[in-house]
Amino acid sequence: MSERSEITLIINGQIHTIRVEPRRTLVDAIREDCGQTGTHIGCEHGVCGTCTVLVDGEPLRSCLMFAVQAEGKEIRTVEGLANGDELNPLQRAFMEHHGLQCGFCTPGFLMLITGVLEHDPAISDEDLMDVLSSNLCRCTGYQNIVKAVRSAAAELRHR
Amino acid sequence: MTVPTKGLGLTWVGRSIRRLEDPALLTGRGRFTADLPATHRVRFVRSPVAAGEIKKITVPDNAIVFTATDLAAVKPITPELHKFNYVAVAQPVLASGFVKFVGEPIAAVVALSEAEAEDIADGVLVDIAEAVPVIDARAALADGAPLVHAEAGRNLVVEGRIETPGFAAAQKAAHCQVTIEVRSRRQNATPIEARAGHAAFDPLSGRVTLTCATQMPHLMRTAIADLIGMAEIELRVIAPDVGGGFGQKMSLVPEYVVLVWLAQKLRSSVAWTEDRRENLVASFHSRDQYIRLEGGFDADAKIVALSADVTANVGAYSCYPTTCAVEPLMAMAELPGPYDVRAYACVARGVLTNTCPMAPYRGVSRPVITMALERLMDRAAEQFGLDPVEIRRRNLIDKFPYTSATGLVFDEGTYRQTLDMAVKALDLPAFRQRQRRARSAGRYLGIGFATFSERTGYGTPAFAARGMGVTPGWETVELTMDPSGCVEARIGASPHGQGLRTTLAQLIADELGLSPDRIKVVHGDTDRTPYGWGTFASRSLVIAGGASLLAARKVHAKLVKIAGSLLEAAADDIVLEDGAARVIGTDRTIPIETLARAAYHQVHLFKGEIDPGISATATYDPPGTFSNACHAGIVEVDPETGRVTVERFVVAEDAGRLINPMIVDGQILGGVVQGIGNALLEEIIYDDVGNVLTATLADFLPPTSREIPPIELFHLQTLNGATITRAKGLGEGGAIGAPAAIINAINDALAPFGVTINEMPATPRRIRAALRQTRKRHA
Repeated sequence: MSERSEITLIINGQIHTIRVEPRRTLVDAIREDCGQTGTHIGCEHGVCGTCTVLVDGEPLRSCLMFAVQAEGKEIRTVEGLANGDELNPLQRAFMEHHGLQCGFCTPGFLMLITGVLEHDPAISDEDLMDVLSSNLCRCTGYQNIVKAVRSAAAELRHR
Repeated sequence: MTVPTKGLGLTWVGRSIRRLEDPALLTGRGRFTADLPATHRVRFVRSPVAAGEIKKITVPDNAIVFTATDLAAVKPITPELHKFNYVAVAQPVLASGFVKFVGEPIAAVVALSEAEAEDIADGVLVDIAEAVPVIDARAALADGAPLVHAEAGRNLVVEGRIETPGFAAAQKAAHCQVTIEVRSRRQNATPIEARAGHAAFDPLSGRVTLTCATQMPHLMRTAIADLIGMAEIELRVIAPDVGGGFGQKMSLVPEYVVLVWLAQKLRSSVAWTEDRRENLVASFHSRDQYIRLEGGFDADAKIVALSADVTANVGAYSCYPTTCAVEPLMAMAELPGPYDVRAYACVARGVLTNTCPMAPYRGVSRPVITMALERLMDRAAEQFGLDPVEIRRRNLIDKFPYTSATGLVFDEGTYRQTLDMAVKALDLPAFRQRQRRARSAGRYLGIGFATFSERTGYGTPAFAARGMGVTPGWETVELTMDPSGCVEARIGASPHGQGLRTTLAQLIADELGLSPDRIKVVHGDTDRTPYGWGTFASRSLVIAGGASLLAARKVHAKLVKIAGSLLEAAADDIVLEDGAARVIGTDRTIPIETLARAAYHQVHLFKGEIDPGISATATYDPPGTFSNACHAGIVEVDPETGRVTVERFVVAEDAGRLINPMIVDGQILGGVVQGIGNALLEEIIYDDVGNVLTATLADFLPPTSREIPPIELFHLQTLNGATITRAKGLGEGGAIGAPAAIINAINDALAPFGVTINEMPATPRRIRAALRQTRKRHA
């Protein structure tokens, strides 16, 4: 065990001042110290992508980053996507195309795709499909996630 | 009667309405076990060796650590089966005296944080006198092999045998014999949410609430209360949102028993969240089998005799409630598949080894036996110079009801029709031309078919035939319409991604003339729901759906009676539609919420002829039904690298009435992709002394979206009387057929090399090895 230090995490625009050990991962801090449990943990070794969040706009696996490294950075999680009860276009597309079943991996997929489409709205389909293979889903077989993502990407391009 | 998918009329059933589950899950408001705060965190110290005697456990100073000695009053998990020479082996919830597999929990460390618990666990020293383990099932059966449990001689925990009368004569009379040996390597269901449990003691009531990632909350309560020796009423089990299960979350988890015991002991809340390594090493495994088949065929390539020898590696203990006999015995009962085989003989054994225990995983044995039988069909086709499609056409059952050699009754299905649909979808003649052209250009394409049946929605009689100590089967549904006219449906089934809240609401909505959003399905809480068996074995929509329909009919009867009284009409003349009761042939209507309000607040109007309130309970316990499908895939194999690319995949299936086609498609797609993973990628590998070498998701490889071809789905709907909703189950079929179709396609692709692959997963390494072998033979 080691000393805890005070850090500030900015999650979906809200400031959380927490005390954590240096070894505390970002995902544990988000879930347990900041109470934002929408971000899930799938493998804790950076393969499944379930814990993906946006840090300064970049999709990152929050199990592979320490909380102290995220100090002062802008963190976005699944809780920040909808406007109240109104789903955003990507969330709507997942619902419309049945892109989720148990819903456990879903927050990670939503944040991955949000980051990618915000960064490059004109991303080619090939590159988009390549990025999608970053995360694992065990229920859907991906086909409906692919449909949802293509549909949301098309909607964003036509805005 | 077979009808196309469209034109079922203006009902909620049959429509792809969007899921009622989704908004919470899409916004981070789902509630999974690991989301609950707990005072104490638990870390399990696990065995680093596969076999040995525990000599001493040394605990760091001031650490809170519990071992088998502390839990001496907790009974071991001892599932029972009263047939097939089953030996009831016992599993202590924490290893007691001996360890029998790597990953077996030995001690529970309790601390205020997960990190602290892990630190302390690292400091717990377990002195084990190592013994020689047995890892492979065949090695475990050999003379002189060490015994995993002394009471199970030859490590044989169960052995089923069957031989139909006159088998030997039928086999002898066969025109030719085709023999095949297949191997399925060990797999892990790998739900993205691993196991998790949270047990909280309530000082006010003295009860413990266990929240856990389970598919069977009611049975978990029974089992844990029995083992600890507490009254069931003292324990509440909640299955909150559960992040996939696929069977792995069906069995009793020893760690959950320890959590409940700890919550009682410490009068606190304790939580354990399994990490991925624990899940891959020490949760439950499956599909580790050897199968040898001998098919006797007549001169017309009709199978006249089938003999099977099945050896299933069941690991170190037996899972509750199915027992570890579930894989070998399901193989024995269902091996003849959808083919008309009258003479059948089988020996199916479960073999104990020093490996992680086996438990059901989507399809249970059927992905393996289907692969074996479909390989046999393709080999026989080769031997007769027939097309793989033609040999299947000649052998598929087509008269219903059909009673199989093992006594299973197949209700009407569309075995040949779905095969024809798949053949047409892939345009077989055109493919063969393309295949020839590709071969001459040095590219190796192959096509593979798998036709199979999927036994689903079976109730108590089917389970009783297995002789389990616990006989599951029925489901109960309780409906209550509240005074506002909304309906709560409390169910014993326990969905974890299947969308049952939506599909049951659709069934109930049609019966009551309501929209599905006025129906709330409550599940996964033993305090709130009637006793039931949970969600597994492709049963929930069929059985909980049937019970929902029966209960809704009772509520319907009450509503029309109330409406008749208020509208001064005969109850028989009332219909419920669009949220109102209407007298047939008139425009006299009354809103359903007015009926509901009256049932509670205006009972005096009924002059004692109608009881207050609106609620009904129904139980459904069907005999079971068979869905059927044909899976077909096109692959390309690179003979240099051994890489297999799946180019296209087609499913033509028949699961009776589709309650929500979107959800049906989702189940099939997910199953097929697990099947592709099983066929090509996923393998738990042990070394010689029982260490798991594939303990991360970088080593055990579920497919990503990049490995998946476009999957095309075609549906037929045979509407027979096998179930009252006319729906059949389909949760497992995707995973059952896909491995066989893929492995057959690989063999077709490699036919020019004379190579045979009868093993899954067919990894690049195995394919290259098979090609090297063949080259050596020809050199």
